[in-house]
Amino acid sequence: MADKIHSTKFQDKMERNVWALLLTLMLVLSVGGIVEIVPLYYLDDTMEHNARPEILWQPKEGETLADWKPGDGIRPYTGLELWGRNVYIREGCYLCHSQMIRPFRDEKERYGHYSLATESIYDHPFQWGSKRTGPDLARVGGKYSNEWHVKHLIAPRSVVPESVMPNYPWFTENMLDVARVTAHLKGMQTVGVPYTDEDIAITAAAVEGKTEMDAMVAYLQVLGTMAKLDDGVVYRE
Amino acid sequence: METTDVTQKYDFDVVRWFSVATVVYLVFGTLVGVFIAAQLAWPVLNFDSPYLSFGRLRPLHTNAVIFAFGGCVLMASGFYSVQRTCGVKLWSNKMAWFTFWGWNLIIVLAVITLPLGLTQGKEYAELEWPIDILIAVVWISFTINFIMTIATRKSSHIYVSNWFFLGMMVMITYLHVVNSLAIPVEMFKSYSIFSSVQDAMIQWWWGHNAVGFYLTAGFLGIMYYFVPKQADRPIFSYRLSVLHFWCLMFGYVWLGAHHLHYTALPDWTGSLAAAISLAMIVPSWGGAVNGMMTLSGAWDKLRTDYVLRFLIMSLAFYAMSTFEGPVMSLKVVNALSHYTDWTIGHVHSGALGWVGMVGAGAIYHLLPRLWKTEMYSSKLVNMHFWLATIGIVIYIVAMWISGIMQGLMWRDYDEFGTLTYTFAESVSAMHPYYVMRTVGGFIYFSGAVVMFYNMVMTIRQASREPQMHTATAQA
Repeated sequence: MADKIHSTKFQDKMERNVWALLLTLMLVLSVGGIVEIVPLYYLDDTMEHNARPEILWQPKEGETLADWKPGDGIRPYTGLELWGRNVYIREGCYLCHSQMIRPFRDEKERYGHYSLATESIYDHPFQWGSKRTGPDLARVGGKYSNEWHVKHLIAPRSVVPESVMPNYPWFTENMLDVARVTAHLKGMQTVGVPYTDEDIAITAAAVEGKTEMDAMVAYLQVLGTMAKLDDGVVYRE
Repeated sequence: METTDVTQKYDFDVVRWFSVATVVYLVFGTLVGVFIAAQLAWPVLNFDSPYLSFGRLRPLHTNAVIFAFGGCVLMASGFYSVQRTCGVKLWSNKMAWFTFWGWNLIIVLAVITLPLGLTQGKEYAELEWPIDILIAVVWISFTINFIMTIATRKSSHIYVSNWFFLGMMVMITYLHVVNSLAIPVEMFKSYSIFSSVQDAMIQWWWGHNAVGFYLTAGFLGIMYYFVPKQADRPIFSYRLSVLHFWCLMFGYVWLGAHHLHYTALPDWTGSLAAAISLAMIVPSWGGAVNGMMTLSGAWDKLRTDYVLRFLIMSLAFYAMSTFEGPVMSLKVVNALSHYTDWTIGHVHSGALGWVGMVGAGAIYHLLPRLWKTEMYSSKLVNMHFWLATIGIVIYIVAMWISGIMQGLMWRDYDEFGTLTYTFAESVSAMHPYYVMRTVGGFIYFSGAVVMFYNMVMTIRQASREPQMHTATAQA
């Protein structure tokens, strides 16, 4: 009875030998991921700046983040913005706000130009999100004043009565720590973000005495404003 | 051999502890869920406290239900069924205890770190790097013990439930290790080594397969052991189980990219994922049919066996959500459903309906057998069944309405060709459905509380029966 094969020889082998089953599973389970992930690293049309290098900021010899001007192209976050982004992640903002505008007419009118992959090239991890309990924030930069953001973050319903967002009064109380910001920039350097040592050196003065609120507003105000995108250009098929 | 007491033959103590932990985490996880649902309906419930704000508690809810409840029920039923189907004790009882305490330590660390805002910022993979390392170690201890128990089995063939468990273990190891690769900058802060589109793809390769392998393959393992056992019938079709097993193992891995339709992910990846998603209806329904048809000729049992009701209802929800999922992965549907509450509804019909109910069914099957007694009250089992079913229906109906409404409001144009609604108007339109969702969630949570009470009373009843003393003494 035990020697009777109830299915195919292959299946019977799998069912009798746990090591064969394990090895086969290890192979079968790896295929899908490899096929979908690996090509994203070497297909040139994955990142738009391969065809359109102007959307990515290329600092000239000796230039630092301080020399960048709006519209110059996508650049790494300054220390202050990076800390704002950390606060954004800490508070779980990505659970209710996406940062990925899809190429639809209504999204263009509501949020702006569709998002590009290159726009999140320095985002470790990405913050595209999966849910819009609140609106998309990919291009929120420059849409509201700094004062509006401060008011809105402290008490959202004071400016948007329908909002269901929590209040974040503690942002104005928490101060930034220069040593921590510097350490984080170095960490970003390690994962491949092209900060120069000069960029890191100028950070201390820029974050000294700043609050989490300052950082958060700086981050929100830069979102989607780095590159000047042209409506007439097809960045992505 | 057959006459020996099963509690002497097998290592059931660790299974007992995992079972109790499962029910505790079911109550806790759904409680946090109800609370954050209420926060979306009444934002004042955020209490202006960082530790209670929605954004920090939402990962606590998902981690509690997926990894605390889901993990414990998988480990309880995995450690139980592998012994029963292989006819041997666990390869290492000590290692199983390491898995138990390690897993619970991870849960405690999650409960502490998530409200503190310590997170990697990747959905369902929020826990920071030291905890991630611990997860990998504990998970591999579970896997090794499982494989070695199979390797020392007395039966000639490996039973189908064990294939599914094994598939889950391998895939979750891959996913967890790759998706969590990060450079630490502080004790509880790290930066993912991936960015942009590659990070998005890896995240949803993880995200969808946490569903596909942890919550589907693993729970199909549970289904393949507990449904035939509870119904006292052999599984409907062996061939079907072979076929849908390999299709599921190969196919599910590809689906993640359907979470990224119309984003900056290249079109080929999303389309590939959508095509395979559609094809996955076949193996998914293969599993559902195989489980349900196991009852053919014994449907009358549903009238009297409340535990079987849980198992069969879970398969109905499984079939429903594995139909809904492929539909939502179609680009035309996804354009509407993505970013809306429809996704939340879909997840919960799978999580509350399939995972929650098959898990509860398995635990109800285990409790009397592990403590060698009867359930304290089968009426309360039935009550839990109805609370769960009604709760789910209210929840998902609320999310279907709010999700589709959101999608339609966002893309609506008036006669002048301008957008009809502001975003804020769509938020206020959601309020009644967010209240309705909270009510549905609360009813489901009440069912979990009933289960907890029934479990406690069953264990107390067992400790009063004399035979139990000898069993605990030697265990």
